Parts: sequence; C-alpha cells; structure tokens
Amino acid sequence: MRLSGRVIPVLSVVVAAMFAVGLYLAANAPPDYQQGETVRIMFVHVPSAWLAMMCYTIIAISAIGSLVWRHPLADVSMKAAAPIGAAFTFLALVTGSLWGKPTWGTYWQWDGRMTSVLILFFLYLGLMALWEAIDDYSRAGRAAAILALVGFINIPIIKFSVDWWSTLHQPASISRLDAPAIHSSILTPLLVMAIAFTLLFFLLHLKAMRVEILKRRAARLMMQATQPQAQFQPAE
Amino acid sequence: MFDFGKQAVFILGSYGVTAAVLLGLVVWVVVGERNQQRLLNELEARGISRRGRTRNDD
Repeated sequence: MRLSGRVIPVLSVVVAAMFAVGLYLAANAPPDYQQGETVRIMFVHVPSAWLAMMCYTIIAISAIGSLVWRHPLADVSMKAAAPIGAAFTFLALVTGSLWGKPTWGTYWQWDGRMTSVLILFFLYLGLMALWEAIDDYSRAGRAAAILALVGFINIPIIKFSVDWWSTLHQPASISRLDAPAIHSSILTPLLVMAIAFTLLFFLLHLKAMRVEILKRRAARLMMQATQPQAQFQPAE
Repeated sequence: MFDFGKQAVFILGSYGVTAAVLLGLVVWVVVGERNQQRLLNELEARGISRRGRTRNDD
C-alpha cells in the first residue's frame, strides 16, 4: 500500500503527458490513402483491444497465483482487473463498430474476431457477477480463478481468429514476424497511444487493488464489530 | 478546428465514448478509495481496531 501510494502520483503525471502527446499526434496524423480520416479511430480502437486481451491475461496469471500459491494479492489483483478489462473490451467493441460502419458498411458482423471479443466481454461480466454472488472472499476467489483459467482459451482464439476464419477484419498489421504493415506517420501515434492506454491500465489496476484491499479491511472490521464482545477480550 | 468531413460523427463518437469510459473508470477508483477510507476511519473512530479487538479492551 505504501509503495503504491508513492508510485500512483508519478504514474498519473506520466499517463497525462503520454495522452497529451498521443492525442496531439493522433489529431495531426495524415489521413490514410484508403480509409481517409476514419483511420484516426484506430488510435483508440487498437489500444483498447490490446488492453482487453492483456487485462484478461493478467487475470489468468493472477488466477494461477490464487489457485496454486493462495496468495491474497493474486485474488485482489484478479477481482480489481475484471471491471477495467470489461471497460476496455466494451471500448474495443463500440469503437470497432464505429470504425466498421464507414469502412465496411456495417456496424457488426458475426465473424470470428468480433464474436470472440464479445465472448470476452461476457467472460468479464461473468467474473464480476461471480465475485458479487459469493460472499466468502476465498470461495469466490477460487471459483473466479477457475472460470478465468477456462476462459483464457478465448485469448488465442481472438488473436488467431483473423487467420483461421474468413472475416472482414484485417489480419495483424503490427505484431507480425516481418516489419509492421503501417507507415510510421500512423504507427507512431498508435504506439504512443498504446503506451498511454497501457500505463493508464496499470494506474487504474493499482488504484482498484487499493480499493479492494481497503474494502476487505473494512469488511473484516465490520464483522469483528458484530461478533460477541467476549470473543475479543484479551486472555487473562 | 478539425475537419473530419462526412466521417466526423464516427471519429468524434469513438473518441467521445473512449473519453467517457476512461473518465468513468478514473472516477470509479478515486471515489471508491475515498469511500472505503472514510468507512475505515469511521470504524476506527468507533474504537474497532485492526488487531482483532476493540480499542476499549486495551
């Protein structure tokens, strides 16, 4: 808690600066020769989609920490990350639809990429619902960890869906074995925005973990306050 | 200032939704931390300590 208290103010300033630079570069990037101005949607859509997957990967790693080592912070990390991941997945879906309409002529198509991202969104909602449905933190943590690990199969499906199935969605343009297929005038703002989004995610995750730790501490105290007084009296 | 042509509604819509959701997340964690801290302070003020017994027992 003390370390995160020191990191958060510095990280907040860095995030604000990265967003300022990223938005400036995004606003001044040249229009794409095929897509025109709509290419600017990529600067918020792609980082959101990356974060949606990265956040779930962090949840799955935390789930292993929770199930194997029973580490309480792994539990806290998993629970704190789920709403943030859901928000980024929602953004990936909405901005993708808003990009799809002028580019492909449709807001939505039930293809592999879009459907698997929608499933990811439901997985996040499922995890959040599971945490709320079970009162006992350790039982809820174990159930959520199992669901998180089972759901992790969806992450490689999202990644490779554009290669496995016929789709409107373009294949990978940046994470390729050869050089990225994007001109540097568009790649630079995209990478700056991706760094800004990633740092924001870590900032939000740290803050949400602090909230969860405080919530558990308060719940413990409240439970203690409602227990019979005699239980807390020091031994004679 | 910016002329995004016919596609402006899609571009500004994307950035608007993104800004709203990200700001919402920031407010969620900031307000959440404030509320939990306030609750903890109230409990401590009522004499409920973190060491497993009330302050009055000490």
